[in-house]
Amino acid sequence: MRRAFAPLLALMLLALPLAAQQAPAPAPPSEQIVAGLSRDDVDITTSFDGSEIIIYGAIKRETRIPQGHPLDVIVAVEGPAQTLTVRHKERRLGIWINTGRVSIGSAPSFYAVATTRPLHLILPPAEDQRYRVSIPLAMRAFAGPMEVEDAVPYTAALIRLRQANGLYRQDDGTVRLAEQTLFRADVRLPANLVEGFYSTRIFLLRDGQVIDTFRAPIEVRKVGLERWLYRLALEQPFIYGIMSLAIAVAAGWAASAAFRLVKRP
Amino acid sequence: MQIYLPIAEVAVNALTLIGLGGIVGLMSGLFGVGGGFLITPLLFFIGIPPAIAVATGANQVVASSFSGVLAHVKRKTVDFRMGWVLLAGGLVGSSAGVLLFNLLSRLGQVDLVVQLCYVVFLGLIGAMMLQESLRALHRARRSGPIKPMRRHQHGWVHKWPLKMKFRASGLYISSIPVLLVGAAVGVLGALMGVGGGFIMVPAMIYLLGMPTKVVIGTSLFQITFLSAYTTLMHAVSSNTVDVMLAVLLIVGGVTGAQIGTHLGARLRAEQLRILLALLVLAVCGRLALDLFLRPDELYSITPGILR
Repeated sequence: MRRAFAPLLALMLLALPLAAQQAPAPAPPSEQIVAGLSRDDVDITTSFDGSEIIIYGAIKRETRIPQGHPLDVIVAVEGPAQTLTVRHKERRLGIWINTGRVSIGSAPSFYAVATTRPLHLILPPAEDQRYRVSIPLAMRAFAGPMEVEDAVPYTAALIRLRQANGLYRQDDGTVRLAEQTLFRADVRLPANLVEGFYSTRIFLLRDGQVIDTFRAPIEVRKVGLERWLYRLALEQPFIYGIMSLAIAVAAGWAASAAFRLVKRP
Repeated sequence: MQIYLPIAEVAVNALTLIGLGGIVGLMSGLFGVGGGFLITPLLFFIGIPPAIAVATGANQVVASSFSGVLAHVKRKTVDFRMGWVLLAGGLVGSSAGVLLFNLLSRLGQVDLVVQLCYVVFLGLIGAMMLQESLRALHRARRSGPIKPMRRHQHGWVHKWPLKMKFRASGLYISSIPVLLVGAAVGVLGALMGVGGGFIMVPAMIYLLGMPTKVVIGTSLFQITFLSAYTTLMHAVSSNTVDVMLAVLLIVGGVTGAQIGTHLGARLRAEQLRILLALLVLAVCGRLALDLFLRPDELYSITPGILR
């Protein structure tokens, strides 16, 4: 099921910011990004413990390097979107219980932004709104009726919790730019990765203006035993359940038999 | 050694999981409880999503209980007839419990109900058992030889119809209270995401008047089947059983269960009951603290949209 939807989802993800960009129909930029990824797929094996992706590239231009405002590069890697609920606890009658909740229709399962200089210095709010680069703007929609007056603390808490376990990251100054021409960013994907299509976006900025963008997908998928178990669990849940029980019973019997042998020398 | 779990979609340390399984298996063999009330909170703690922790915990309980049952069958301390009757009640109760759980989650606040259930039941049972077993131990110390425990004090168990002879327990009682105990434990077990051994064991001793010697084996026998049923239900209805996680817990669990069973044979019944009572009270206290103390983080993230 999930696999059938994955290409469709990737298309939708690609289409979203493209539609946003097409509005003013700009002239071809004088400086363009030419980029590559060290890998465009990540295999999740049983011993998967995260992965490092190197995003590298160059700035192509027909003219000389413009003087004055410095050039900046932003790299954003975004995991498949998820629906989430953020809940808040309050004290009622002496005990702490969940009182308010905010449902978020689309939050990335992973989001990392790497930049050449601090993000707030190089990306003005208007450009951020347009391209949705910073972490708070990566969350797209609230779902369902709003039950709380102020949703801001909830989204702030979501970002704080996800930053704490490494799923959302803002790494200022980690993109290395040489001679205003060559750049490179190392993005570490954590071990608790969700399967699906990850999008990589690269933004080229000068004087608070995005002058070119580049995007490439990364496919993260389970392989081997991981893939087999995952598919069996989703497609043949009854057989999967019976298999789990059989393993449990066999292990229980084996331990019992082994201890009987040890007891009776 | 990190290992990636295919259903939970997180990477965890394999040795931690084996160790966790071992501790819970030890409890299981020692006290005849499935250990669900320990394993589920422990899995939450190391970052396994709650739904997967509950379902996979049930799968692990099957293995450790089955291993324990085999050891008890060998020692002839399983009342099979009692076990089957309890199981019949348990399956009905468990199915009703799953429905009740779904109803509560639609109303919201299912977490609070579950947590309150834990605190109330663990607290009551732990306090009762501790008080009773301390008194029994005290009596035994004072008057030298152990007096037989006063059974048959619940007259109502004998007056009801549909009487059955439970030879291994030395009881001739109505099967209705047995079915009711099974069903009640089934409901609570499904609601709290546990096998229900920690409720079953005291219920068998104090409500049905079974001798402690056969209680543990019979409880394990019943739990093996009940958690197998729960595992299958979870696997089919919500795909939340992570077999990789289960295997790691099981490796530790079955070993622990065997050690626990042999250790249990050397301890006196009163001492076993005191230990179980203390364990139950400790878990209860931990959960109560969560309710009454201000949590470090007031916000939490749950996957999906709650209705």
